[in-house]
Amino acid sequence: MTKEYKTINEIKGPLLFVEKTEPVGYNELVEIRTEKGEVKRGQVLDTSNEVVVVQVFEGTGGLGKDTSVKFTGDVIRMPLAPDIIGRVLSGSGQPRDGGPPIVPDVEKEIAGAAINPAAREKPRAFIQTGISTIDGTNTLVRGQKLPIFSGAGLPHNDVALQIARQSKALGEAESFAVVFCAMGITNEEAQNFMADFERTGALERAVIFLNLADDPAVERLLTPRLGLTTAEYLAFDLDMHVLVIYTDMTNYCEAMRQMGAAREEVPGRRGYPGYMYTDLAIQYERAGIITGKKGSITQFPILTMPGDDITHPIPDLSGYITEGQLIISRELHRKGIYPPIDIRPSLSRLMNSGIGAGHTREDHRAVSDQLYAYYAEGCDLRGLVAIVGKEALSERDRLVLEFADAFERKFVNQGRDEDRSIFDTLDIGWNLLQALPETMLTRIDDHLIKKYHPRYRKKE
Amino acid sequence: MEVGTGKVHRVAGPVVQATGLKSHMYDLVLVGEEGLMSEIIGIAGDKHVIQVYEDTDGVKPGEPVKETGAPLVAQLGPGILTSIYDGIQRPLPQLVEASGNFISRGLFVDGIDHKKKWEFTAVAKKGDKVEPGQTIGTVQEQLLIKHKIMMPPDTRGTIKEIHSGNFNVEDTICVLEDGTELPMIQYWPVRRARPSRIKQAPTIPLRTGQRVIDGFFSLAKGGTAAIPGGFGTGKTVMQQTLSKWSDVDIVVYVGCGERGNEMADLLHEFPELVDPRTDRPLMERSIVYANTSNMPVAAREASIYTGITTAEYYRDMGYDVMMTADSTSRWAEAMRELSSRLEEMPGEEGYPAYLGARLADFYERSGRVTTLEGTEGSISIVGAVSPPGGDFTEPVTQNTLRITKVFWALDSKLTQRRHFPSINWLDSYSLYDLALEPWFVENVSPDWNKNKRRAMEILQENAELEEIVMLVGSDALPEDQQLTLEVARMIINFWLAQSAFHPVDTFCPYKKQFDLLKAILEYRDRAFEALARGVPTDVILGTPSKDALAKVRLVEDYEPELAKVTAQMESEFKTMS
Ligand SMILES: Nc1ncnc2c1ncn2[C@@H]1O[C@H](COP(=O)(O)OP(=O)(O)O)[C@@H](O)[C@H]1O
Ligand SMILES: [Mg+2]
Repeated sequence: MTKEYKTINEIKGPLLFVEKTEPVGYNELVEIRTEKGEVKRGQVLDTSNEVVVVQVFEGTGGLGKDTSVKFTGDVIRMPLAPDIIGRVLSGSGQPRDGGPPIVPDVEKEIAGAAINPAAREKPRAFIQTGISTIDGTNTLVRGQKLPIFSGAGLPHNDVALQIARQSKALGEAESFAVVFCAMGITNEEAQNFMADFERTGALERAVIFLNLADDPAVERLLTPRLGLTTAEYLAFDLDMHVLVIYTDMTNYCEAMRQMGAAREEVPGRRGYPGYMYTDLAIQYERAGIITGKKGSITQFPILTMPGDDITHPIPDLSGYITEGQLIISRELHRKGIYPPIDIRPSLSRLMNSGIGAGHTREDHRAVSDQLYAYYAEGCDLRGLVAIVGKEALSERDRLVLEFADAFERKFVNQGRDEDRSIFDTLDIGWNLLQALPETMLTRIDDHLIKKYHPRYRKKE
Repeated sequence: MEVGTGKVHRVAGPVVQATGLKSHMYDLVLVGEEGLMSEIIGIAGDKHVIQVYEDTDGVKPGEPVKETGAPLVAQLGPGILTSIYDGIQRPLPQLVEASGNFISRGLFVDGIDHKKKWEFTAVAKKGDKVEPGQTIGTVQEQLLIKHKIMMPPDTRGTIKEIHSGNFNVEDTICVLEDGTELPMIQYWPVRRARPSRIKQAPTIPLRTGQRVIDGFFSLAKGGTAAIPGGFGTGKTVMQQTLSKWSDVDIVVYVGCGERGNEMADLLHEFPELVDPRTDRPLMERSIVYANTSNMPVAAREASIYTGITTAEYYRDMGYDVMMTADSTSRWAEAMRELSSRLEEMPGEEGYPAYLGARLADFYERSGRVTTLEGTEGSISIVGAVSPPGGDFTEPVTQNTLRITKVFWALDSKLTQRRHFPSINWLDSYSLYDLALEPWFVENVSPDWNKNKRRAMEILQENAELEEIVMLVGSDALPEDQQLTLEVARMIINFWLAQSAFHPVDTFCPYKKQFDLLKAILEYRDRAFEALARGVPTDVILGTPSKDALAKVRLVEDYEPELAKVTAQMESEFKTMS
């Protein structure tokens, strides 16, 4: 089935409508050749005896009725070999580093079948990122998908890079790799990422896919699929622990919306397609661990919330799929606190399985809960103080308010290269709690207080 | 119907059009060379519209579509318990064996093992006249769960032959006078409710061991509850907790379009956790459907029906069954996605106009019933709802609340304070409330309902006071109101809050729920009495016993501890001045 057709009847946005073909398979890879010999790739979205609808990844610029279309009879695949590590590729998987094409050991379908839930291993290996607001209160475990929800102009990239630099499992040498997928970010942002990867030597362990702001938007629909297919190869064929960072998911979703509009679909909330949940899930769910395999995939998607609105469909649907979220707060950023992670709306859903005796320390859960409770209460009190003044507060409330301020300065705030151990993090927590009377520590079991409270520890 | 073959005409995602078919609505067909499991969901002119339960990558116009002449059915018989299925009742572990770690296509695996032999004990005998639903024999399916082999709901007759012995589910175990041969297995179309005789009034609570639920917003056996909340507010943890500790015989857990790792968690936990009532692993009483968010949407749409059909089957045996669906919003979205591919006229927010009707049909399959056989069984349904942006005015939440009788409103403000379960005590309700009161009086304490109302009143007053505090600060309040604030804080933090992950507090028996609340109310009475005596509030609020009360709930054998704390409280108040 390698016949070429010149029967394009209509071109609309990124779509080609091709007629009088032989039967063409759904989702098939399509090669498009212009008069001038330029080759583009596309994918079948709708196929029938009458017309085949093709979505073109590299843009429809330069295409016309004289363009020829070849249906390859196969779906899109990613060429993979161990020496893909260290390569920089385009958002559609072509070399972008001047190197040769990848000579594949295997070629894997990029659509990615679902991991059978019965084959999943429960993620429970603690990863220390060295950042207290993550390790202490929103712990990451291997195989988790934990996005960063941020806003324009906030230091989410710095946080992601710090995580990528510092992440390690406790007490274990391991082979690990980073897959980095850029979707629609600026050249400058991309340069920053690359420079940091180079500085820390991460580039040698990384596979990089770059779709920049001026690259075709439709190509972005491929980028995470290529990246995740690569990650699966590294994790499940080559036994590596893979950290996938992709940024910015918002640009990916915009591309999806654009495609939906071109196809004249009935739009869902705020114009995004009704299947956006499913589509995002297909990407995010490619994180995890498989029983009997040594490797793992941990995902750090980054997305900027349009208008800082967490109820916007992109963060909202993401939050419904991912295993928690880290929220970068404009308010904390303005106060000069780095990393400006607001723990209140942040969450790590897999925290429980990765903490406690045998993982981190037995007091971890209780300390975290107690810190949360008083930080949240303290933040609420700030609103009250703004109205009635500090004087109207009870003694207890004053303590809680002061606790919240200290928490931001000492626990949340840390250096960009400061790599705290989990034990340091927990001890900072205890030192803050020490400012409160012991009777206020209602979330911590007495035996833990006796064991870890600085007051008793000093006595030893 | 004669079973024929048609041809694929068009493929667009999970929806396929075919020509040359005679199948009826909701009949199963096998699409393409690979024979992908699919269902007829529309007929337009000479074309049948088909939803495919698997990926359609590579399927071409012209490929065959084979008819089966029957709708999607569940396979019902011994061996369902402990199973883990996808949305169309394919056992996931068998799929791993057949095709590896990733789900591949075109596989058909039976819902229950057709080869396994079970020890069948006949209870009916030759010459008996048997009616639909009547038990003709039993199989010990799990150590503590007897599986009744019942007459199919549409079959009656006189037994000509029946044998005890070792049989697989396909073997004939009974022959009727009219020649009908009955195997143990039954096939039932999932979209049709299995019949029962009478629906009964809900008068028995479903004990969940969760204080905020049992104490304030209880669910009745056979009842329905909706648990809506934005992401991270605790829907899944609550459903898993209910599945673990509720006093039902069978749990059907449907993971509908949610996370793979959550299912992995459940599948690792259930075989290890022990049912406190029976001391047996929870898995022995459980059936899990795991059609995660990245698995095909058509199978997600079907999973709710497959789940409820298996629930009905065990109800028919006279068991109390609980079905949890996480999340019904993903189910509704699957409907929406398929409907939009069908180019149907969209209703509110793109959902099909029949959304409300489908939800109602599903929840209607709950209930405490007299079975065809005359025994009593129940299905309670707890449905999670995932409203976009956490906004409860959206169509799925609204349509659900019109049907379900219990509303557990999850509140992200509580979540942010890490108050769990984040069930808002002012917005939530249970319409079973009054109907269940007599049961609590009779079985737990005559004061159960009185204390509950007192606690509610305190919380209501607290809400009003908090508004004033926001304006003037708490120090400006009169002393009695300051006490009320503190008592409310105790109810909230010591009683309503309950960690699902604390080894002891994850489950709280009725008696303990009652005793803890009673102690807090006693504290309140003593405090107000002391205030009337002229004791200053900061002295009252400084009582050490109050904080000691906070930790009693964390103690398994709490009674001595509670007695100690209340004695301490009594003496503290006595000497207070
Ligand atoms: N009853 C509870 N006790 C303790 N923690 C809880 C409880 N309910 C929820 N949580 C916490 O909240 C997180 C999110 O809960 P989850 O049920 O997954 O939310 P949802 O399903 O609504 O998105 C959990 O990972 C857990 O940390
Ligand atoms: Mg959930």
